[in-house]
Amino acid sequence: MLDLGKYIIFSLLSIFFSISSFSETRKFNIGKIATKQEVAGWDIDIRPDGLGAPKGSGDALSGEEVYAERCASCHGDFGEGIDRWPELVGGSGTLSSHDPVKTTGSYWPYASTIYDYVYRSMPFGEAQSLTYDETYKIVAYLLNMNDIIDEDFILSNENIGKIKMPNRNGFLLPDPRPDVKNLNGNPCMKNCNTPTKIIGKARDIDVTPEDEKS
Amino acid sequence: MAKEKKDIISRRSIIKAGVGLGALGLSSKSLLAKEANNKNLPPNVPEWTETLGDGVDVNPYGMPTEFESNVIRRNVEWLTASTESSVNFTPLQDLEGIVTPNGLCFERHHGGTAIINPVDYRLMINGLVDREMIFTLDDLKRFPQVNKFYFLECAANGGMEWKGSQLNGCQYTFGMVHNVQYTGVKLSDLIQETGLKNNAKWVLAEGSDSSGMTRSIPIEKIKDDCIIAWAMNGEALRPEQGYPIRLVVPGWEGNMWVKWLRRIEFGDKPYMTREETSKYTDLLSDGKARMFTWVMDTKSVITSPCPEKPVLQKGIHQIRGLAWSGRGKIKRVDVSLDGGKNWKTAQLHSPVLEKSLTRFTIPFEWNGEEMLLQSRAIDETNYVQPTIKELQNIRGVNSIYHNNSIATWLISKNGKVDNVRLG
Repeated sequence: MLDLGKYIIFSLLSIFFSISSFSETRKFNIGKIATKQEVAGWDIDIRPDGLGAPKGSGDALSGEEVYAERCASCHGDFGEGIDRWPELVGGSGTLSSHDPVKTTGSYWPYASTIYDYVYRSMPFGEAQSLTYDETYKIVAYLLNMNDIIDEDFILSNENIGKIKMPNRNGFLLPDPRPDVKNLNGNPCMKNCNTPTKIIGKARDIDVTPEDEKS
Repeated sequence: MAKEKKDIISRRSIIKAGVGLGALGLSSKSLLAKEANNKNLPPNVPEWTETLGDGVDVNPYGMPTEFESNVIRRNVEWLTASTESSVNFTPLQDLEGIVTPNGLCFERHHGGTAIINPVDYRLMINGLVDREMIFTLDDLKRFPQVNKFYFLECAANGGMEWKGSQLNGCQYTFGMVHNVQYTGVKLSDLIQETGLKNNAKWVLAEGSDSSGMTRSIPIEKIKDDCIIAWAMNGEALRPEQGYPIRLVVPGWEGNMWVKWLRRIEFGDKPYMTREETSKYTDLLSDGKARMFTWVMDTKSVITSPCPEKPVLQKGIHQIRGLAWSGRGKIKRVDVSLDGGKNWKTAQLHSPVLEKSLTRFTIPFEWNGEEMLLQSRAIDETNYVQPTIKELQNIRGVNSIYHNNSIATWLISKNGKVDNVRLG
């Protein structure tokens, strides 16, 4: 018993030391400690619950002007998308159709994602040039255009985590794959019952790029 | 095509016939026999024997011969609104073995290629760690290193083929994959330096390019095999592959392999970024979408013959192809010449590595008749690569992502090869 007791104490000590060496000491002593200021400058992400949302606010009424100036040249005055640039508004009820239209309104499950994405990477080619307030205004404008909030609703860091998006429950977890029939590594090898009639040729669709004639 | 507003991952339908550029170019041009110059053939002495070639100071960084100038990445202009947020494709049909040359690895980026002077490079690790830290490139290279071959496949590889055969080429239908040897430090080693809070369950990986690419990754994967890589195939990462640092997420969809990596944040919940909500979610026919579908399923492709590699003469030829699985090693590849009715097992070429492209070959004889070529991979988990019909029955046709189905190449009587759909 005594030996066993010693063993247990020894084991507990080892566990303690291995945990502490993992979490409290640096194994390689490489790199430098980041200052709060350094982290603040780069830590721009926002989570669905609003964690990380910077102080600021804006409504759709004031957002229309910012949107027109900074977004509309690609996305259209009403978020309809110009040329092949993404449409941002509409698409409600299309997700189960043959032509699903996935917009911020019809598809995006969280308002936080719109803020996060617009701030970090928009306008295209002028990333992180919007102010926090401008970003809230643009997001408010998009939410309003998608009939999610009223035009005078003041979107802010306080409430962006509480916006209920229409497709919030449209996503399935966890990943069910492998989702095809389990053949356990032994598929048919001879005289298999499979259709071999040609029902389509890419050549007939005729959209494959052709190398320039030299 | 201007009226189409979709980008590549929301492209929804087969483009109407008659629009576009003509699909015959690649294969019909390849069919033209290139005439040899008799002066260079036996019994004559060729001109390159009678003269001196370039000295060692001519090509400080060697490039492929001019005679292989058609072996290039290609893009599909109508897929996207701009080339800075777009994709090009690896010319799999021209490659041998399992290593993709660095300059031919397909590119997919969302804000163009960031150009970063390595002295200005910093990697920040913050969030639920004991110490928020910053590392320089030199710092990272002081950690113990690993060298690993992994394939990287875009989840949208083959995404244009869900409804039917649309692009007539191996390059355009399978070319969003590449395979290189990475050198870097395991993230599990970096974590030892920062320490980790008990409630750290998710990682946000963030790029420093103009798109600020971000993805959430579960902590288990980070601890398992993720790498912070600075080299590919023995040299520094190419700019378009994330120089100086990219994240390597073995076996998982390419979008998560964040390039120009600037920050790793640990948190207790996923971040639900644009790329894992509005994109890279798999829309089913009932309007619901699968989320967090990370693993790349087992897949294979015959890289020759294929639409770009017609069969030029009767007799014996070698079918060549590639197979891969995000769940481990390839165990077996079968090949059919009759559209999937009968199969023969191909030869796998070593090395057969986990989560890496694997080369297979099998000889076949062409007697001038039509043939329907297919390949079907099986991985070490005994998963069998499915037909498109099997996938469609479960997921519908709007999924865009994760099409790992068996493709069919039709060899016609004239030797031309076509991407076709059977049914």
